[in-house]
Amino acid sequence: MVNWKVILNIAKTHLLTKIKQTAIAALGVTFGIGAYITLVSFMTGLNTMLDDLILNQTPHIHIYNEIEPSKNQPISLYDEFKNSMNVVHSIKPKLSQKKIHNALPIINYLEENEQVRGALPQIKATIFYIAGSIEIGGNLLGVNILDEAKLFNLNDYIVKGSPEALFNTENGILLGIGIAEKMALDVGDRIQISTITGEVFPLKIVGLYQSGIADIDAMQSFSNLKTVQRILGEAENYVTDINVKLYNIENALPLSKKIEQQFKLKAVDINTANAQFETGTNIRNLITYAVSITLLVVAGFGIYNILNMFIYEKMNDIAILKATGFSGKDVQLIFMSQAMIIGFIGGVLGLLIGLIFTNIISTIPFQTQALPRIKTYPINFNPWFYFIGILFAMVSTFFAGYLPSRKAKKIDPVTIIRGQ
Amino acid sequence: MSTVLEAKNVNKYFKKPVLFHVLKDISFKINKGEFVSIMGKSGCGKSTLLYILSTMDTDYEGELLLNNELITGNTRDQLSYIRNKHIGFVFQFHYLLSEFTVLENVMLPAKKLGEKSYQEIENDAMQKLKILNIEHLATKKASRISGGEKQRVAIARALINNPSIIMGDEPTGNLDSHNSENVFNIFKQLSKEQGLSLLIVTHDEDFAKKTDRIITMEDGKIIA
Ligand SMILES: Nc1ncnc2c1ncn2[C@@H]1O[C@H](COP(=O)(O)OP(=O)(O)OP(=O)(O)O)[C@@H](O)[C@H]1O
Ligand SMILES: [Mg+2]
Repeated sequence: MVNWKVILNIAKTHLLTKIKQTAIAALGVTFGIGAYITLVSFMTGLNTMLDDLILNQTPHIHIYNEIEPSKNQPISLYDEFKNSMNVVHSIKPKLSQKKIHNALPIINYLEENEQVRGALPQIKATIFYIAGSIEIGGNLLGVNILDEAKLFNLNDYIVKGSPEALFNTENGILLGIGIAEKMALDVGDRIQISTITGEVFPLKIVGLYQSGIADIDAMQSFSNLKTVQRILGEAENYVTDINVKLYNIENALPLSKKIEQQFKLKAVDINTANAQFETGTNIRNLITYAVSITLLVVAGFGIYNILNMFIYEKMNDIAILKATGFSGKDVQLIFMSQAMIIGFIGGVLGLLIGLIFTNIISTIPFQTQALPRIKTYPINFNPWFYFIGILFAMVSTFFAGYLPSRKAKKIDPVTIIRGQ
Repeated sequence: MSTVLEAKNVNKYFKKPVLFHVLKDISFKINKGEFVSIMGKSGCGKSTLLYILSTMDTDYEGELLLNNELITGNTRDQLSYIRNKHIGFVFQFHYLLSEFTVLENVMLPAKKLGEKSYQEIENDAMQKLKILNIEHLATKKASRISGGEKQRVAIARALINNPSIIMGDEPTGNLDSHNSENVFNIFKQLSKEQGLSLLIVTHDEDFAKKTDRIITMEDGKIIA
């Protein structure tokens, strides 16, 4: 039976009489945990920000009609050449393939799927922006702007104006900020666009769009689905792309495979499209944990040292305790509790320091062209980190305390008493 | 008369630096309430014997019985419990936990035993301190009292769990004759009034003569 009250009382007395060394050992843990919390909150904040930069705007599944030449050329239908080798030069894809057939029924079908949060139709149109004599190539996306705002956080990227303004304006356009800058245009101005076939349409700028990716901002603008259909002279069921957002990103791959098979369309899932993108996240996590663990190992050695010193100084006490009936386990527990107390106090202080630091960092202004909606350094305040942090502190002090305390357990009181 | 402690054919060897037969076939009994002293030349093995009898040293041959129960071969934890409950040990050097108060030092073995409430233990400890005439030191730090006082605190601590036997390794070794006399009187009184058994190693002939029985050792053997 372990009498915890007695053991903790002895541990406490030892620590209090060596308050300086105790404080130093605890401070080591405090720095380790404080650094961990600060780093991990900042790094994952950064990760989330960078992830959002891509993920928010990227559909989980992108469905479109790949323009590729037909596999079956007319000659293969002709029976007489069945057994001969046919060579067809200069195969061209069919022209009308961009359009998704039966797009609206497909969208309805997808929206009924439980995994799907939403399936949004888009029209991608290649156009030219015209201002005076300047002509810049780009593309215009016809979208259901309110749905896009809801599912793909388009709001965050509209730096001037609003989705509602576009929705309410018949010939409105949300102009990419790169184009606006090049052409010295602003909200309220008019811009002429021309289709590839050469027809020119005036559109009213109701807002500016900045994705944070310069190449996109210099090309891409948004308009209402109907407006783009009218510009292209297409019917109301003309849709070139369907963007699907899921509840769970993990379902993207299987569902995209299913869609491809079922509808004979190209369906690309987000992970395939952004395979490289996890790598950055992983490396940042790796750095965070490598640095934190290094700091904690250093702190662990500090505790190990100080505990060893305590035990060396307390040889007599250990011999007395054992001679008066404390078991080796009791003695080990006394020194283990000292380590754990140091770890706990140091750890809690570390969490506090981490909390204070991250709060300070989260108020430091951080503005960059590429990330329009970020005003201060991004910090991820995740309670899990605090839980992991304290666990970390306890585990590392446990290991640091284990070896010295085992030594204390094994000390032979007779040797000590003889040594006097 | 019941036997408290019995050693049967105890042999001990030190293997380092050379094989050395330090205790040779030691057998004796101590009865309840008996005050026994052990004498013998320096180096004859008195301390070694006492460490074995106190169960701290388990590396020996032979058998040891406490209250007629064999304790040789018990596990370390069992032996710790036996030391805690049945054996009080007084060292030559006053071994106290220097960061604790006198009272805490005396209470510690009882707290470990955990058979009584804190209040009872405190009362017991104060009573033991009173027997030894040092109750006024109760709240002092153990490092701030004199050698003779420390020795008496150590005796009070040995008494706290009302053990079957008290063992002492030259408990009066570095006390002046006055304090030495004092400690002897306390021991004598305890054995007479409370039926406590005592086994005390001493070099002090006057001290030994006043005890009930003297065990004399020479070269690891009991000769008388
Ligand atoms: N750890 C050890 N290893 C080897 N020999 C030892 C060890 N401890 C003691 N001895 C030897 O064992 C013998 C008995 O030692 P012990 O301490 O029991 O003597 P003692 O009778 O108590 O002497 P003293 O009266 O001086 O205290 C001595 O000769 C000593 O040198
Ligand atoms: Mg000796």
